[in-house]
Amino acid sequence: MILVFIEHKNCVLNKVSLEAIAAAQSIAKDLGLKVSAVIPCDKDCALAETIAQYNLEKVIVAKNPKLGIYTPDAYADAWEDVIKRENPQYVVMAHTYQVRDFAPKVAARLGKEVVGDCIRYTADGGKLTLTRRIFLGKLDADVTVGGDAPYFVTFQSGAFRGDNSEKGTANVESIDVNVGDIRMEAEEPFQEAKASVDLTKSEIIVAVGRGIKSQENLAVAQSLADALGADLAASRPICDAEWLPIDRQIGSSGQTVAPKVYIALGISGAIQHIVGMKNAGTIVAINKDAEAPIFDIADYGIVGDLFEAVPTLVEEIKKAKA
Amino acid sequence: MKIIVLMKQVANKDAVLRVGADEKWIDESNISQQTNESDGYALEEALRMKEAKGDGEVVVCTLGAQSAKTVLKDALARGADRAIHVVADNVNRLSPYQIAKAIADAIASENADLVYTGLQSDDASYGQTGVILAELLGIPHATIVIEVDRASLNGSLRVKRELESGWYQWFKYQLPALLTIQSGISQIRYASLKGIMAAKKKEIRDVTPTIEPFAGAQKIEKVYLPLKMKQTQMLGGGDAKKGAVELVEKLKTEVRVL
Ligand SMILES: Cc1cc2nc3c(=O)[nH]c(=O)nc-3n(C[C@H](O)[C@H](O)[C@H](O)COP(=O)(O)OP(=O)(O)OC[C@H]3O[C@@H](n4cnc5c(N)ncnc54)[C@H](O)[C@@H]3O)c2cc1C
Repeated sequence: MILVFIEHKNCVLNKVSLEAIAAAQSIAKDLGLKVSAVIPCDKDCALAETIAQYNLEKVIVAKNPKLGIYTPDAYADAWEDVIKRENPQYVVMAHTYQVRDFAPKVAARLGKEVVGDCIRYTADGGKLTLTRRIFLGKLDADVTVGGDAPYFVTFQSGAFRGDNSEKGTANVESIDVNVGDIRMEAEEPFQEAKASVDLTKSEIIVAVGRGIKSQENLAVAQSLADALGADLAASRPICDAEWLPIDRQIGSSGQTVAPKVYIALGISGAIQHIVGMKNAGTIVAINKDAEAPIFDIADYGIVGDLFEAVPTLVEEIKKAKA
Repeated sequence: MKIIVLMKQVANKDAVLRVGADEKWIDESNISQQTNESDGYALEEALRMKEAKGDGEVVVCTLGAQSAKTVLKDALARGADRAIHVVADNVNRLSPYQIAKAIADAIASENADLVYTGLQSDDASYGQTGVILAELLGIPHATIVIEVDRASLNGSLRVKRELESGWYQWFKYQLPALLTIQSGISQIRYASLKGIMAAKKKEIRDVTPTIEPFAGAQKIEKVYLPLKMKQTQMLGGGDAKKGAVELVEKLKTEVRVL
C-alpha cells in the first residue's frame, strides 16, 4: 500500500495535496499497489468526505486532540503510529514547507530517509528510481533508495497535476493515534502587513537577481522597467540583502505572478523562484550562463552580460515606441 | 549558553558545473568553493544571540574534506569561538542520515543549548540533515526559521518560521533545540582584519568519524544536465547587444507589447 499525506489548516485543504494523490495513484498503477490517504486532525476532519471522492482504498483520519494546530512533534508521532499500523510500501507527500519540517523526522525515527523534492520517477522491477534537481536546478540526479519499506518520497509542486488525480469513492476510517509530549507551542499563523506593491496586477515585470551585483546597479534594471512601463521585482537574495523590499520578492515565499511579460535579469532559475512566475505569458531570460536553468522555461533567451544587453534594449525600445 | 553552528562548503554559485567521469557527482577539480548560503546566515544569527546575551560560546562545525577548513577559518574570523572539523572525503557519497549521524557523534558530548544549521545545502539540497540530527540528539527542531526573538531566551525561545506565500508562524521551543535558518534572517557581517588575526589563535579540532553503512540510504545513480522542456528562442548568438536588438523586434512583432 501507498500512504499519501493530506495537508490542511483547520480542515481547509492545501491543494498541492491533490498533486500528491495524483503522484501516489500513478506510482500505485506502476507497482500494482493501492493508495490510502492520511489526514492528521484533532477531530473527525471535515475534509475527509472531500478526499473520499478520489480513487483511494480508504481515507484515514489520524485523530488526536494535539493535532489541532501543526507541530513537528505531534505530526511525527501521529505518522509513526499510522505507519506502524498500516505497513505501507511508500509514503508519498508534496514537498511543502510543512512536510520538510516533519517528514525527515518520521523517516529517521524508522531508520529511513526522505527522497525529497522529486520531479519524476521511473518504475523498474517493482522499485522506483526518483529524479531530483540538485545544484539549485543546474543538474538532475537519478536516485534509488536502499533497505526495506517504507520508502519516503516527496514531490515538487507542479511535478504532477492535481486535476489529474482520479476520482472514485473511498471509505473514511477514523483512528485514535498516539501523540507523546510536545516540546514546542505553536501560535496562530499570520500574514505580514499587506504588500504595498501588488505585483499580481502587473502587465510587465522586470525582475533582477544576484547577477545585478550591487544595489547601485538596480538603476540599470529600473531604466528598462521605465522604458517598458513595467514593475520591478526580484529574486530572494536581492530582498535578503535589503536592496529591494520583500514585497517585491517573487517565488515560493514571495508573490506569485502571471504578467504578460516577465523579464529575468541575472536570475538563475531555482525552483523556489520559478514557482512564482512560471505562468507568465512570455518569459525572457538574460543570463551570462548558457546552462542556467531559467532558460528551460524561457520563451526568449539572451546568453550574455545583462549590463551590455539592457542599455541596448532601452535604446531600441525607445526607438520602437517613438 | 552554547550554540553550535553547522556549516558546509559547496561549489561556488557562479561555477560552471561539469558532470564527473563516473556520472555520480560533478567534477570538483578546478571548481571554486564557498560557504553554503543559508549556513552563513545561521552563523550570523548565532553571533547576534551571543552578543545579545553578553556571554556564551559559538562553536562552528563542518563535515568535509581538509579543503573545508576555509569555511571554518572564515567563521572564526567573523567571531565564532572555536571549531570542530569532522574530516571526511567524498561527503557527496554520504546519505543525509549518514551525514547527520557523523555530526551527531561529533557534537553530542558538547551538550549545546542551541544548534543552528542552514535550511538546506545548495549542492545536494537534501534539506534534512538538521531535522535528522535533532532526532538523533533527542532535541526538538524548527525549520525555515526567519526570525529569532533573542530577548525571549530563558530556558525557552520564540522563533518565527516562514510558511509559504508570505505566511509566518511563531513557535515557542523548550531548549535545547535545533533551528534550521533561512537566508535573509539578518544582514551578514564581514570579517574584520582584527577578526582574521584573532582567528589564527582559535582552536580547530579535527575529528575522524566512523561512518557506517546505512541500510535506508538513498543513492545517486546518475547525474546529468536537465532535459529541456520548452523550445526557447535563443537570440543574439552569444552577442548580448545583438540579442537585445532581436528581442525588441520579437516584443514588437510576436509578443506585441510595444
Ligand atoms: C525554502 C526556500 C524558499 C525560497 N524562496 C525563494 C523565493 O521566494 N524567491 C526566490 O527568488 N528564491 C527563493 N529561494 C532561494 C532560491 O533557492 C535561490 O537561491 C534564489 O532564487 C537564487 O537567486 P538568483 O537567481 O538571483 O541568484 P543565483 O542563483 O546566484 O543566480 C545569479 C545568476 O546571475 C547570472 N549572472 C551573473 N552575472 C551576470 C551578468 N553580468 N549578466 C547576466 N547574468 C549574470 C549568473 O549566471 C546566475 O545564473 C528559496 C529557497 C528556499 C530553500
